[in-house]
Amino acid sequence: MPKPFNAGPREKFNIKKHGKTLKRLLGYIFRDYKWRFIFVLVCILFSAIAGAAGSIFIRILIDDYITPMIGVSDPVFSGLLTAIGILALIYVVGIASSYLYNRTMVVMAQGIMKNIRDEMFSNMQDLPISYYDGHTHGDLMSRYTNDADTLRQMLAQSVPQFISSMATVIVIFFAMLFSNAVLTLIVIVCVVLMMMITKKIASVSGKYFVAQQKSLGETNGFIEEMVEGEKVIKVFCHEEKTKEQFDVLNDKLRVNATMANKFATLMMPVMNNLGNLQYVIIAVIGSALCILGFPGITLGVVASFMQLSKNFTMPINQIANQFNSIIVALAGADRIFQLMDAKKEEDEGYVTLVNVERQPDGTLKETKEKTNLWAWKHLHKDGKLEYVLVQGKVTFNDVDFAYEPGKTVLHNITLQADKAEKIAFVGHTGAGKTTITNLLNRFYDIADGKIRIDGININKIRKPDLRHSLGMVLQDTNLFTGTIKDNIRFGKLDASDEEIIDAAKRSNADGFIRMLPDGYDTMLTPGGNNLSQGQRQLLSIARAAVANPPILVLDEATSSIDTRTEAIVQKGMDRLMEGRTVFVIAHRLSTIHNSDVIVVLDQGRIIEIGNHEKLINKKGMYYQLYTGAFELE
Amino acid sequence: MIRKLAKNIGKYKFDTFMSPLMISLEVVMEVIIPLLMAKLIDDGITPGDLSAVVKFGLLLVLSASISLGFGSLSCVFSANASAGFAANIRKKMFDNVQDFSFRNIDKFQTSSIITRLTTDVSNVQNAFQMLIRIAFRAPIMLVAALIITISISPTLSLTFLLVIPILIIGFIFIIKSVFPVFTEVFKKYDGMNNIVQEDIAGIRVVKTYVREDYEKEKFRASSQEIYKYFSKGEKILAAMSPLMQFSMYVCILVISYFGAVLIVKGIGGNMITTGELTSLITYSGMILSSLMMVSMVIVMITISRASAIRITELLDEKSDITNPNNPVTNVNNGDIIFDHVDFRYSENSERKVLDDINFKIKSGQTIGIIGSTGSSKSSLVQLIARLYDSTAGSIYVGGNNVKDYDIEALRNSVAVVLQKNVLFSGSIKDNLRWGNENATEEEMIRACRMARADEFIREMPKGYDTHIEQGGTNVSGGQKQRLCIARALLKNPKILILDDSTSAVDTRTDAEIRKMFKNELQGVTKIVITQRISSIEDADAIIVMEGGQLNQMGTHEDLLATNAIYREVYESQSKAVMENA
Repeated sequence: MPKPFNAGPREKFNIKKHGKTLKRLLGYIFRDYKWRFIFVLVCILFSAIAGAAGSIFIRILIDDYITPMIGVSDPVFSGLLTAIGILALIYVVGIASSYLYNRTMVVMAQGIMKNIRDEMFSNMQDLPISYYDGHTHGDLMSRYTNDADTLRQMLAQSVPQFISSMATVIVIFFAMLFSNAVLTLIVIVCVVLMMMITKKIASVSGKYFVAQQKSLGETNGFIEEMVEGEKVIKVFCHEEKTKEQFDVLNDKLRVNATMANKFATLMMPVMNNLGNLQYVIIAVIGSALCILGFPGITLGVVASFMQLSKNFTMPINQIANQFNSIIVALAGADRIFQLMDAKKEEDEGYVTLVNVERQPDGTLKETKEKTNLWAWKHLHKDGKLEYVLVQGKVTFNDVDFAYEPGKTVLHNITLQADKAEKIAFVGHTGAGKTTITNLLNRFYDIADGKIRIDGININKIRKPDLRHSLGMVLQDTNLFTGTIKDNIRFGKLDASDEEIIDAAKRSNADGFIRMLPDGYDTMLTPGGNNLSQGQRQLLSIARAAVANPPILVLDEATSSIDTRTEAIVQKGMDRLMEGRTVFVIAHRLSTIHNSDVIVVLDQGRIIEIGNHEKLINKKGMYYQLYTGAFELE
Repeated sequence: MIRKLAKNIGKYKFDTFMSPLMISLEVVMEVIIPLLMAKLIDDGITPGDLSAVVKFGLLLVLSASISLGFGSLSCVFSANASAGFAANIRKKMFDNVQDFSFRNIDKFQTSSIITRLTTDVSNVQNAFQMLIRIAFRAPIMLVAALIITISISPTLSLTFLLVIPILIIGFIFIIKSVFPVFTEVFKKYDGMNNIVQEDIAGIRVVKTYVREDYEKEKFRASSQEIYKYFSKGEKILAAMSPLMQFSMYVCILVISYFGAVLIVKGIGGNMITTGELTSLITYSGMILSSLMMVSMVIVMITISRASAIRITELLDEKSDITNPNNPVTNVNNGDIIFDHVDFRYSENSERKVLDDINFKIKSGQTIGIIGSTGSSKSSLVQLIARLYDSTAGSIYVGGNNVKDYDIEALRNSVAVVLQKNVLFSGSIKDNLRWGNENATEEEMIRACRMARADEFIREMPKGYDTHIEQGGTNVSGGQKQRLCIARALLKNPKILILDDSTSAVDTRTDAEIRKMFKNELQGVTKIVITQRISSIEDADAIIVMEGGQLNQMGTHEDLLATNAIYREVYESQSKAVMENA
């Protein structure tokens, strides 16, 4: 299909910037599809030759058959028939090649895209949390949507079309040169002139296109903001004012869109008619030369040149377009490769988590069976193998941490949590509460100091094993599309249905799940609003319950729930907390006053630490927070 | 639907009409050109007449120039028409959305309204442009080229009788079989995007449970599905251009052979010239490519049909809340009466959101409303400002039924601070002026003092001129809430409704705001929805909502003594405080 003229601004090819990306893309092609790609190239060449054959044939038709036969009393057409037969054969090859390369190329493009997508996602899973902090969700998503889509279009369409146009130009150029050098020169001059004119239009068009995109962005941004605040507009009777503001933007967009559109569509008639003019020039000069008896220029040559020149300029005009699409797609490919190349999370841990049995003599013995008794398997440097029972004792020793070098956000954090103790963190947003819990499961690595679990430095523990020992319930519940059962099972993939129901019961979720139309098989839909916030939170608690970790982190788990629902969720959580070491971050102080240790943080430092009574008596920050004298935000 | 959309052409009728006209003229010139070319060959080159060559050459240049002129004009007209048409539609939609009631907004949902106003309008604009350009260009070219071909040689025109049906059937077959496949592809894409989105949003959960491999597997499966369906669709589409080539080549072959025969000895007395032969080949290119264009237009219009439907749906939606005839424009005081009020979100929904609500509030009173999420507290207060209409029963404000008021007058007297509130991009002053366009600096400061916003505003580098980002992302939740309250206060309302508007404000500031209200807004009826008992303890009355019904209304002491729900909430919040005391 003819592609509409690409009105976007033109970018120059930059060897350094684009060359590397292109090379890498070619790498994907040659790694898995080397022979197929070569096959495609050959087919494109055949198809281009077949396309040119018709125009060349006109000369043969006129000069070798028609002209000699005119006036002959009894013309014989068998020679012509043979020639037509040969042309038909060329055409058959051309059509077949064209179908084969189109088909091969699109399937190839899909295959390459699948490999790239898989590799991209796979690498993304292994990236550290800090990478996600530095990139918005929209930014990451766009690599899977916009960038991948332009890349697919480039592979499936722009690249083969570009090659095909190049092949056609070359084939036709030689065909022209072969039939007449003088006329070829005239065609080349015409083409250069045409290219200069179209380049001029393209640059003007590009300018307006940018203006249009800017205007479109402004208008759409305004629409978004206003429609999102529509209810507020109604409450303040601001409708007319908003309409006025919209009219201004809308009209500006109309003007810019008109200009951009004008120049983009103008390209068609200009190219068409410049082609026609060129046609005329060839015809006039060609026939003049033919009549004047210039050697080698016959009627057939002129007629076929007229066709050839048209077939020559058309692909040349398209090459610029296709080239531009390729450059745009390369920019997208570059973003995709950046995501693929991002540095993965490192794991140098060697201590693993294993199931153990307690021997009669009190020692621990590793077993393949699920014993619900866990131990850290610690192979010391000196070769000594040690099993340490997992209890959930946590110590922070003089821990410093910075997200970016030089900007320390946690200073000298020292604290201790014994088995089954409840540690609460209190402080303003940005005081470092969540950061502390994120260090525990090594979402981030500390700059200085040591964190130990059951006496083992967490840096020595393999990350997956460390994380298996920690459960998390966050304010954002982050459930996934799938059934309720699937979502709970996310905590433990091999959990039986009984285990899932048991976990739901323990976390107070079983009751509402049974009330749902399909019970545990109820589907949660994308962005699903079919569950209340409280119910979603109960599910995320059940998910943690089925994982059955010795240590639990609750980060603002009930902040977005009203107090009566919170009471129900809290019951679920209380049960979950039994027998585990728990780290709690909470907005409402009423939920944490019974903690064993309350840690008050301010600007990354522990300013108060102790139990409720101790801190109240101290009449410091905690006291002020508790009595409502301070604002917690 | 088409007629409805066509109305939006409005003042661009002239451009809309001129665009196809210019296109038609352009096409006519384009079709004439090969004919002149044939003349140039037959009358100029073949007999060796240079003056004829020059004559036809000049004619050709003239034709190409005229064609270029018409073509350029058509671009100007079509650009004006399509951009203007889109602007008109956008305006009409936007204006209509401004007139929507809350119920209309709920029905469409914000995100869907935005898509309709942006993506769908763009789609329809493109389709419209195709319609006034290609949809005229292609058929006219097809017919004109066919007519000339037939006039040159009826015999050779028979070729098209063979080729055109093959091409049409081929196109129909390809489009028909590809459509369901691509519908499936889009669905698979949605599925994959959803997986990625959930994964990115929940990456902490994924990593906590060490489910990276599980996610990879999930993604791979969905990626494979896309590969499967997309390849299937593309394979079918790959037949498109070979089919086109096939038709073209058949024409060239047939025309070449029989053309030669016709030139040399004629068939049944019909003869053609060499020039005509070459022009016939050009014409067959025109005929076949315009057929392809037609099929493209059909596909494009089918695709944009869905957008057009979504747009008309939005345009057809009429607000269900309109001004009465002879509206009351003055709200006397802040008295409120609910008389047997029922409310459902839509006519045919089963569930009563509010069920037989009765109460009276005197002007100047402070009323608290408490109840768990889903107990319809917000719905209750929104009826007072007529943001929704009750399904049964009546609501009276200042002695008149709310349905008798001029809507703007009512809403200016009943200031609602919504739970899900927004600030708009602009300065703090700009935002405050939403409450009162002509507010003076003193009035703004007074309102902000009452809402306890003045202090933090002054601490900001640019004070009241500080720029607020879209959605108010550069102020904290509590600050945002206080700004929203100040904005509402600037209306000088008779009734002030706070829908959980201080949830992110600390208790002390909350108490200060309440004290300010008590002293400064004595004549104003204040209704406060909250989760926090402390916010409403000293209200004149408290309404306890439960499952859409008014469970009980009374003072704090009454309720504490007699109402189980209230007591439960109270205890859950004050346990700690009591223990401490």
